[in-house]
Amino acid sequence: MAAITRPDPFLRDPTHPVKPTPLGAVVILLVLVVLSLAALVPLYWMFATSLTPSAMTVRFPPELVPSETTLDNYRAVLRQPNFWNWVKNSLIQSLSVTAVVVATASMAGYALAKLPFPGSRALFWLFILSMMLPFEAILVPLFLVVTRLGLIDTYLGLLLPLMAAPFSIFLMKQFIQTLPSELIDAARVDGASEPRIFWEVVLPLVRPGLAFLGIITFVAQWNSFVWPLVVTRSSGMRTLQVGLVLIREQEPLFFGLQMAAAMLAAVPVVVIFFAFQRYFLRGVTVGALKG
Amino acid sequence: MSTTGSPAAIGGDTRPRAQARGRVQGPEGGRRRRAPGSGGLWGVAFVAPQTLLFLAFFLIPVVIAVALAFMEVRPTRMSWVGLDNFERVLNDQLFHRALLNTTVFTAVVVVFWLGKALLIAYLLDPMNTALQTFFKSAFYLPAVTSSIIISLIWLWIFNPTFGLLNAFVGLFGVEPVAWLGNTSTALPALMFMQVVMGGGSSIVLLSAALARIPRDLYEVALIDGAKRPTIFAKVILPLIRPTLLYLVVTGTINTFQVFDAVYVMTQGGPQFATTTVVYRIYQEAFQRFNLGVASAQAIVLFLITLVLAAVQFRMLGQNVEY
Repeated sequence: MAAITRPDPFLRDPTHPVKPTPLGAVVILLVLVVLSLAALVPLYWMFATSLTPSAMTVRFPPELVPSETTLDNYRAVLRQPNFWNWVKNSLIQSLSVTAVVVATASMAGYALAKLPFPGSRALFWLFILSMMLPFEAILVPLFLVVTRLGLIDTYLGLLLPLMAAPFSIFLMKQFIQTLPSELIDAARVDGASEPRIFWEVVLPLVRPGLAFLGIITFVAQWNSFVWPLVVTRSSGMRTLQVGLVLIREQEPLFFGLQMAAAMLAAVPVVVIFFAFQRYFLRGVTVGALKG
Repeated sequence: MSTTGSPAAIGGDTRPRAQARGRVQGPEGGRRRRAPGSGGLWGVAFVAPQTLLFLAFFLIPVVIAVALAFMEVRPTRMSWVGLDNFERVLNDQLFHRALLNTTVFTAVVVVFWLGKALLIAYLLDPMNTALQTFFKSAFYLPAVTSSIIISLIWLWIFNPTFGLLNAFVGLFGVEPVAWLGNTSTALPALMFMQVVMGGGSSIVLLSAALARIPRDLYEVALIDGAKRPTIFAKVILPLIRPTLLYLVVTGTINTFQVFDAVYVMTQGGPQFATTTVVYRIYQEAFQRFNLGVASAQAIVLFLITLVLAAVQFRMLGQNVEY
């Protein structure tokens, strides 16, 4: 790896005013390698175990590199009675919540940023305040509301509560606020209707914001656990994350099977992560509450 | 905001479109901004879908939560019981235990995880872009992996008989340990897992904050003869303080809600050594169906969250404009 970038043999930024010494750079690299390995070895271990025949996982000491590999664990996962239902439900949840949140939160963000109406500021602060309240604190009453609506163990009951997204409204408001109002006014003077202004002027200008919101929403939904756990009952309505726990409860000693299921559940978000790496690594600060 | 007094301008929306389009609208300032409320109906319409969702699945549940906290909920009927639920919560030994466990967990995890993130961001800062991207990705990868997956992996690593960790410590002559089976090691094991796997997004945010520090400031400090520790304490820390504040507050609130790992890995045990507040609420609500008591616990949780956030803002918010 050290040979990939030439200019500085110790991989330092040559323009940085406080450049580490060559020895310092080596120490830095060592620390980074050790700390990152600590976080990556467990992920590797999931991968390695998923390929290890189950008889070999119940042996001590374990082999860091399996001497024998098999795809049997994956076959066993695919044979789980409701596995494809779980995948389908997780996809339904992630895709529909993402679509609805991106659409409605950008609409709400536009209204709060550029279409003031009496009480709009108060509404905005209500959304902000609600972000302070942990989801777990309203878990019980939310469950009661959904029960009362007769939506337990249904898609609507699973999806609708997840679509209320004050944080996403805030995010989109911050993005849309930076657009020059003159542009929107110009379109208005040209006689464009508000929906058309939103669709043809605002949305194209905040495309990076929409992409960012869509990506983080999808990943968060795919990984979500508590709400799907309490709102679904029948095995066929469970999502993949809940399914993983069910597999582990049913087969506590089949580590290869558990890890293969975990691998399959990790694939979509890992693919998304590498495909949209720059969005994750840019470090968008949405904490600019003061601004 | 320049508002026009004339009623015609306020009702501007309703003009026939043909007239409005493609025609000079008089002096520029005349129609630049609408009067407040003139964009009103469209504003309301655009905000309506999220507001309705918010009402139904946030505001109403919050109101219900507050009401439930003062009620006894039976399958057939509900009745007001005043402060009984809160009294039960305050006298509940297990809730005290959960509070203690959660506080210890949160304090240790936030300190170590933020320390780790700050160390890594600081070490990465003077390195080249390719290396930074590589390590930021490496540290971020566990952050996009779900907490359930991480928990299952570590359940396997912590396994007392066949686990990787016992094989590792065995290299140093340590006897196998039932990491999650001992009251003394279970909570530390969960904290260890959280610190080792966590920090990805904080590293990214801190790196961005470090990169924003004007380089002249470093140069001035160097001319003054400042050494690295002084530069870190006097230049870097004050300037990344807002980011640190944000991370401490959100990190504390999020960590205080720890549930998934407890649910998957220990079910609160052994002997309540890993019972956390949210796990306790979950048990009370969904295993014992004491919805009133669970709501009172949730309100206590919310108040604690609020106080924690306020205290941190107070402590760290000082001198942000250094």
